[in-house]
Amino acid sequence: MQRFHTRNYAWTALILLAFLAIYAMVETGIINPFYKITLVTIMLNIIYAVGLNLILGVAGQFSLGHAGFIAIGAYSAAIVTTRYGVAGLPGLLLGMLVGVIISTIVALLVGIPTLRLKGDYLAIATLGVSEIIRVLINNLRDLTNGPAGISGIPIVTDWWLVFIFLALTTILVLNYVYSSQGRATTAINQNEIAAEAMGVNVTKYKVTAFVLGAITASIGGSLQATYLGIVTPNDYTFNRSIDVLIIVVFGGIGSFTGTFVAATILGILNLVLQDYGQLRMVLYAIALILIMIFRPGGLLGDYEFKFGSMVKQWFNKDKKEGAAS
Amino acid sequence: MQLFMQQLVNGLALGSIYALIALGYTMVYGTIRLINFAHGDIFMMGAFLGYFLIAELEMNLFVAMAIVMVSSAILGMVIERIAYKPLRNSTRVAALITAIGVSYFLQNIMIYFLGPEVQAFPSPIETQVFNVFGIIINTKQILVFVVTILMMLILQLIVNRTKMGTAMRAVASDSEAAQLMGINVNTIISFTFALGSSLAGAAGVLYGIYYNSIAPTMGTAPGLKAFIASVVGGIGSIPGAMVGGYLIGLLETIVTFMGGSMYKDAVVYILLIVILLVLPQGLFGKNTREKV
Repeated sequence: MQRFHTRNYAWTALILLAFLAIYAMVETGIINPFYKITLVTIMLNIIYAVGLNLILGVAGQFSLGHAGFIAIGAYSAAIVTTRYGVAGLPGLLLGMLVGVIISTIVALLVGIPTLRLKGDYLAIATLGVSEIIRVLINNLRDLTNGPAGISGIPIVTDWWLVFIFLALTTILVLNYVYSSQGRATTAINQNEIAAEAMGVNVTKYKVTAFVLGAITASIGGSLQATYLGIVTPNDYTFNRSIDVLIIVVFGGIGSFTGTFVAATILGILNLVLQDYGQLRMVLYAIALILIMIFRPGGLLGDYEFKFGSMVKQWFNKDKKEGAAS
Repeated sequence: MQLFMQQLVNGLALGSIYALIALGYTMVYGTIRLINFAHGDIFMMGAFLGYFLIAELEMNLFVAMAIVMVSSAILGMVIERIAYKPLRNSTRVAALITAIGVSYFLQNIMIYFLGPEVQAFPSPIETQVFNVFGIIINTKQILVFVVTILMMLILQLIVNRTKMGTAMRAVASDSEAAQLMGINVNTIISFTFALGSSLAGAAGVLYGIYYNSIAPTMGTAPGLKAFIASVVGGIGSIPGAMVGGYLIGLLETIVTFMGGSMYKDAVVYILLIVILLVLPQGLFGKNTREKV
């Protein structure tokens, strides 16, 4: 089995190049601290949205509770680093691990029963679960400090750490999507009954996609908490789930390239509209409606930027030409 | 026991409002399978228009309510025409995002013009308190309850006895077949939105009267609760939405009464999840098998 495809080299090179480009921009001050917040927000949003895209675009399941899993990750990191005093990077990683474990359990508890049903049940159930998580955070004052939230979380996350996790989670999700399990999941999305008839275990793959999405959301949440240094229950309302959903749909459901593009565009749009105060949300809403009406499939539809394959083709062409001459 | 009965009365008033909003949700979902997230904001717009008519123009309550219902119906139809109709043949998620966009738009345009503050709703009726066997009932509660029941009866008549109602039910069960039978599906969908929105507008006015306060963001929480009510009752079912609305209203007041006001929202969502697990079609839903 060939493990080292040209494709993989190409992607690794692209990731390193992107990292160096951002690094250069941060060092030379093109991305000043003010823009850096936008940069990190965009990257975090991509982490959340890639996971949701796996649930929505690949498995075809509708989750409205992403904020709940982000909250689990954020509060896990916050509690581990402040309450139990595990400082620095180990604290973040431990918090992240705790968040991932809790998210997995919650996702399994919600997913297994509801994903057996057909229809919008997952959407409704996840909406409920994420609100329950928020009510619990609001009320378990001893652990979460209630509505005031936890502040003074040691800040360990910088943009490069977010970048690394962005790359890792995206690789994890994409590898899953293009694995045989991932293809089975796509089959379910295209025609559930036909897939079931072909012997695909529908519930299993739906639940796996849902759990993976929850895990990436939780990882993103941990990073966010240790980047901002504060978590409050109000950051994880229903609207937060909607924000992530908007990125996925805006980019094109099922297109991971679209998710990257949409998160970037919306992040920059948010930055540009910042000066308009309340009008910002009005303009944002109008933009949202217009985009959905004129491009209901999202910006990129189901287009995927396959850089690896492009490079591979390019190399092969070279080789062929070389052989001919 | 007396206190419990008292909570029952309070719960019925709150449940009436949820039920009225839930009816709109359930009808729209029944016909075009769209979770209309803007519905809670139509409820809010109704409350603000009612406020304007009653407080500024000093109109009679019932005249104001009629005007609110008509304008909410028009608003609902306009939203459907502009935002949802172009998306009828695309994915359901796209339609859902549009609904969220409309909801954001209505909410923020109101905040932009009127500010985010909570406004005091005038009291158009004198608050009299009756004492029935030790249970205190005020005129507001009676008004909310009576108006709701009346509207539900009218709605039942429209849906079950009129031609439009029959057509509505036909579109809900199979829109393509309905079209083949000569039913104009677009008209029916508009009509559904008009009916649902007028009820939401009326619920907005009743909410304002009952709680004396309105705000541009007031639609979100009751909207979600009403949506849950329609799911609990069996989405697509009109009696289900009523029962669901009352159930959630009662549950919320009872949990508050038992000292769990902090957890009242969580209890509602737990009820939702339990219902989904035990009776996924809701209390009054029909169990339909999907065909290949």
